[in-house]
Amino acid sequence: MYSGAIIAIALLGVFSGCNPKNASTTISGDGAQKTYVAPGKYDEFYNFVSGGFSGQLSVYGLPSGRLFRVIPVFSVDPEKGYGFSEETKPMLNTSHGFIPWDDLHHPDVSQTNGEMDGRWVFANANNTPRIARIDLTTFRTAEIIELPNSGGNHSSAFVTENTEYVVAGTRFSVPPDYVNGDVPISSYKDNFKGYISFIKINKDNGNMDLAFQLECPGIDFDLAHAGKGKSNGWFFFSCYNSEKAHTLLEVNASAKDKDFIMAVNWKKAEEYMNQGKGKKVSVSYVHNMYNDKTHTAVSEMKNGVTVLDSRELKDICYFIPCPKSPHGCDVDPSGDYIVSSGKLAATIPVFSFEKMQKAIADKQFEGDFDGIPVIKYEAALYGEVQKPGLGPLHTEFDGRGNAYTSCFVSSEVVKWNLKDLKVLDRVPTYYSIGHLCIPGGDSKKPDGKYLIAYNKITKDRYLPTGPELTQSAQLFDISGDKMQLILDFPTIGEPHYAQAMKADIIKDHSVKFFKIEENANPYVSKGEGMTKVERDGNKVHVYMTAIRSHLTPDNIEGIKMGDEVYFHVTNLEQDWDVPHGFAIKGSKNAELLVMPGETQTLKWVPDRVGIFPMYCTDFCSALHQEMSGYVRVSPSASNVPLRYGTGEKAPS
Amino acid sequence: MKKIILPGIVLTLLWACGGNSTRQESGTTTAPNPTATTENGNPSYDPDRGMGKFTHVDIPATIDAAMAESGKKEFEVKCSSCHKLSDEKLVGPGWKGVTARHTAEWIMNFVTNTDEMLDKDPKAQAMLEICLVRMPNQNVSDKEARDLYEFMRQNDQAK
Repeated sequence: MYSGAIIAIALLGVFSGCNPKNASTTISGDGAQKTYVAPGKYDEFYNFVSGGFSGQLSVYGLPSGRLFRVIPVFSVDPEKGYGFSEETKPMLNTSHGFIPWDDLHHPDVSQTNGEMDGRWVFANANNTPRIARIDLTTFRTAEIIELPNSGGNHSSAFVTENTEYVVAGTRFSVPPDYVNGDVPISSYKDNFKGYISFIKINKDNGNMDLAFQLECPGIDFDLAHAGKGKSNGWFFFSCYNSEKAHTLLEVNASAKDKDFIMAVNWKKAEEYMNQGKGKKVSVSYVHNMYNDKTHTAVSEMKNGVTVLDSRELKDICYFIPCPKSPHGCDVDPSGDYIVSSGKLAATIPVFSFEKMQKAIADKQFEGDFDGIPVIKYEAALYGEVQKPGLGPLHTEFDGRGNAYTSCFVSSEVVKWNLKDLKVLDRVPTYYSIGHLCIPGGDSKKPDGKYLIAYNKITKDRYLPTGPELTQSAQLFDISGDKMQLILDFPTIGEPHYAQAMKADIIKDHSVKFFKIEENANPYVSKGEGMTKVERDGNKVHVYMTAIRSHLTPDNIEGIKMGDEVYFHVTNLEQDWDVPHGFAIKGSKNAELLVMPGETQTLKWVPDRVGIFPMYCTDFCSALHQEMSGYVRVSPSASNVPLRYGTGEKAPS
Repeated sequence: MKKIILPGIVLTLLWACGGNSTRQESGTTTAPNPTATTENGNPSYDPDRGMGKFTHVDIPATIDAAMAESGKKEFEVKCSSCHKLSDEKLVGPGWKGVTARHTAEWIMNFVTNTDEMLDKDPKAQAMLEICLVRMPNQNVSDKEARDLYEFMRQNDQAK
């Protein structure tokens, strides 16, 4: 009701063009104007929002909240042919084989000197542990690497200050892959371990390489963030289930008064690694890469990873006690403060990096946990935010000395000051906020104009759509002292973490089409003269071209029952925004969506004799409806010759 | 068959008006006149030269075989889907005689500045009304445009 009223009032304001008459219309009218991006105009920010259990990454514009694109990452997408075309199927390969779905939680944009550089987005697959790299020139998934020794890859995918590493922590500790995992679950305390993976990122092309893993106690690593500025070289993880419960975690993992923040000196770990202090263990994991020249993904099985033992190798890991199941673990723009929210705690502890360093130097430890030193709480604590709200989860920063924490249980955003830890403002969210995001809000240079709340529940905010309702985000203007709600917008499900950054850094690098001359797909047809149909046993390869508005060949005869037909469709267009689609009747597969200059392959196994129409599925020109053709399928014993062509060359 | 169907589509589309608004606004749709100036009244616009970066191209008397060969390769990848080398129309006009119908500048402007030419040039618009599929911008480089022209010349000289 409230937002409806805002929009109605705002529209009145816009249309009548008169000045607001009182305070309430001032706020309301202002809100709508602030989010209004006129038709044909660009948004100021890109917002990369996790698609949660959809497995995808969505891209919105801010402040309008308009959805531009859903990038398929860990789940198949029949609309784009992702996971269905022969070229993209290898992207979803794992050591378990092809997996069509996963759960994507935390996108993190690559950084240079602690600032978002807009080159890549990294994101985690939570269920079958993997990390993906999305290329922000193509807005496509370029690479996926699987993580061994892991379960519930939740504490990821977070980058270091110069994207030296993407770091991924396991949420569910498991017996490592290189030992016999056939053990009683009740032997958790003896057999289950937690692994933190360090994935080295190639500076030039972003390629990922699993550099090493850190073996840690078998607890649950929840979230993480890299240090920056003076804390660069360190990484911080929130940990829960220090009880090491393996059943009814809701109760049994919430028994202790405090769990931990784990501080990791990754530069030190890297040093040990380079000194050969790790041990190579035998594990198998898959590494998938998409090549924009061959337009093909290649999946490679890798063997072995180097493991560093966090207990044997001193000075890498330290625990800091943190009240009641900490969730978010966020580092302020200066790198001085580490904010961790115990989701069952009444306060938000803020740790000081300097105090932590001093505590380590002075050995102010209260003991150890599984052989790892535990720093005294007070020795690392800068202070506590008192009465922030119920169920504090995540914190982002505005670059003006303020922090904003989402409170799930009390359904609000709480703004507080980093220096004196005083609460400055609070606004309700509708309803039950999880993550939140400020453009650049986890970098050294936040752009503190907006804050976006990603809510877990929408209830009555939108028109009902049966039992399942839309997921949603809410946009706040945070440029003033008071946070102001200015927009609700629906999202794909389920939004967890998100990143936002100035569009200018990304938009001018966007690829418009792939150069046909550079197409190195083995089945490319560079021009209609190169099209052909070849039989190789029961495999039939159709080298096809698409251009406004015909397919070549568009008449094909001589396909027989028992054949596997591969349509290798090359889009000959060399202009922006002219994809062609391809589909054929009865295909138990998705469509192809072929970008200009690209080749994609659809495998089709005809299931009956007859004539099968095929057509372009993406409206391309005034004669798009004419962009079609026929394939004739004959019985397996038939002697219909293989003939094909378009127009005059079609079989007569 | 196609020759019968196409005029039918032309009429339907023109009567339906859908999608014609931009061309009507340009003021050149109703009576394309190859010698008229553009709607912005720019008297310097030369309809024989077209719109684009090529204002004058020196064309030597003899054909450069190497350039023509490069042009042929370019034709095969980016053009042959829609253009025949005979005078027969496929999706677009056949190329036989094209160098007599248009100047080198016009052709090179059209293949490198396709969208603007289709929106504004009277001769390009007249062809669009016949063909109805907008010629795709194939991102032809300046050098490729010159090579293509050389190949067109060679094609026009061949018997």
